[in-house]
Amino acid sequence: MTNAIRIGSGLGFYGDNWEPVVASIERGQVQFIASDHLAELTLAILQKDRQRDPALSYARDVVPMLLRLWPLMQPRGVRFVCNAGGLNPMGAAQAVQKTLAAAGWHPRIAVVSGDDVLTQLQAPGERFDHMMNGADVASVRERLVFGNAYLGAQPIVDALDQGADIVITGRVADAALFLGPLVHALGWKLADAATPEDFHRLAQGLTVGHLLECSGQGSGGNFGSQGSWQNIPDLAHIGYPIAEVWPDGTTFITKAPDTGGLVNFDTVRQQLLYEVHNPHAYFSPDVVLDMGQIQLHDEGQHRVRLTGAKGSAPTNQLKVVAGFQDGFKAEISWGFSWPDAWDKVQAAESMIRSQLKQRQLPFDELFVEYPGLNSAHGPLAPLPPAAELNERAEIWVRMVLRTRSKAVADGFGRLFPWMALSGPAYTCGFQGLNASSALLGIWPTLIPRDRVQARVEMLEPGA
Amino acid sequence: MTATLLKIPLARIAHARSGDKADWVDFGLFAWNEAGYRLLEREVTAAKVQAHFAPWLPGQVDAWPLPNILAMKFVLHGALQGGGARNLRLDNLGKAMGAALLRLEIDVTAEELEQAQKSPRRGWWPEMSTRT
Repeated sequence: MTNAIRIGSGLGFYGDNWEPVVASIERGQVQFIASDHLAELTLAILQKDRQRDPALSYARDVVPMLLRLWPLMQPRGVRFVCNAGGLNPMGAAQAVQKTLAAAGWHPRIAVVSGDDVLTQLQAPGERFDHMMNGADVASVRERLVFGNAYLGAQPIVDALDQGADIVITGRVADAALFLGPLVHALGWKLADAATPEDFHRLAQGLTVGHLLECSGQGSGGNFGSQGSWQNIPDLAHIGYPIAEVWPDGTTFITKAPDTGGLVNFDTVRQQLLYEVHNPHAYFSPDVVLDMGQIQLHDEGQHRVRLTGAKGSAPTNQLKVVAGFQDGFKAEISWGFSWPDAWDKVQAAESMIRSQLKQRQLPFDELFVEYPGLNSAHGPLAPLPPAAELNERAEIWVRMVLRTRSKAVADGFGRLFPWMALSGPAYTCGFQGLNASSALLGIWPTLIPRDRVQARVEMLEPGA
Repeated sequence: MTATLLKIPLARIAHARSGDKADWVDFGLFAWNEAGYRLLEREVTAAKVQAHFAPWLPGQVDAWPLPNILAMKFVLHGALQGGGARNLRLDNLGKAMGAALLRLEIDVTAEELEQAQKSPRRGWWPEMSTRT
């Protein structure tokens, strides 16, 4: 009879903090860490890296992270799964291997790839309709720069079955990073799942992945509330969530002892609904989850029992997220001080609009917001009367130009500096005068499962 | 006798988190207890959420009640100008929009408000065991 296994949350995004993972390994009794480095936005960032140097288009924090974690993992037999491979999983794996080898460590590293479907999306005549608005991909085909299918848990299971200590993937469904180790360690059915019980267990595992894939957000971080977030202990030393999963799927969400944060009914359910659309049909490549009967019960301090996830067979399509070039932006932030700060901000904006018109610079949009006043809530945050705003110590304006022309975006900053001497007084803090950046539109679509071939490769030891 | 209705923002009886998926923003809205959940189900319809965000966002709103966890799920279509890598706003991923949902005002009686705020929470909170 297999006992429960414990799996800990790694990073929640490229750039996240890995010190909380140390606590999970040292004191959390975990056998696995699963780490999600890729948001939708991250692939756009990696795509920009790829344009500069194709070798670098992975989430590079995986290297220093494993340099820190591996000496703690190795003596405890903890294994690690991540999607830090981004657009270059083999490159990521080789970088990890090289860095760890230099320190005298030689983990068995597996690479999961096959998610890149860009060439299929680019093939003329193929239909890949936008999942949300139904538009034909032909409208952006020439501008596509990446396209990756969300792989399921099977290749991760295969890599672990082959003895990998570290599994590095490209795009996989976030929750599959967690479901893979659970299927491997608990002997659940995956490709051969047939009965309702098989799918309910997978649904429990998928829920575990969903709750843990955002690191501290599953244990009290970013807890959105008025008057209660202050009662979450010691966020500075937050412990990332850990799941204790039993063979029948029954799960307890917890965290390492002597860490900050909070695991309870409220923090766990807030994460449960995060970035889920229809909660009765949460699609993954491995199982479709219905959250409608999930029960969460506090079983003491920092320990929530999770039961009742219902699963059904997955569809024969995989989700794809593609990105396409969609023009450029340039953004300037600029502050004005009392007196008459508001009137001066308005005058400055008007002068910029006048400059754009006079020079006949083509643009699609000039977006204006006032950081500190309305940038979080837009028109839902009504502005105080102008007289009151004019008495404020300072008001900042942020102007963002969106244009198809890189030259226009690059030149936007040059419309501003003259106003430092010839515009309204008491100004400070121009930011962004030289910065323009490419905008990427996101194209979510579906692809038949049989057109995507996942690959698992074990790196040669010491290579 | 009819009780006087109070207008209160959802923030006083609920908590929320928002996130992005391409061009959509989705929200979880959570009552602190059963009494609060009854108010959410009665007062926070998809139409009201859509009207609340209308000055800002034109898109359709989907809503699902989840009584098993005393929560409601909302999805706002077309809320992110084409997604986080294209959006010009500082809040390009809509992470602050959950708080904007908590600004939505609902009508409750004083008694309903008290029940939604004072009835025991279902979750274990450290301040409830350590503070009196």
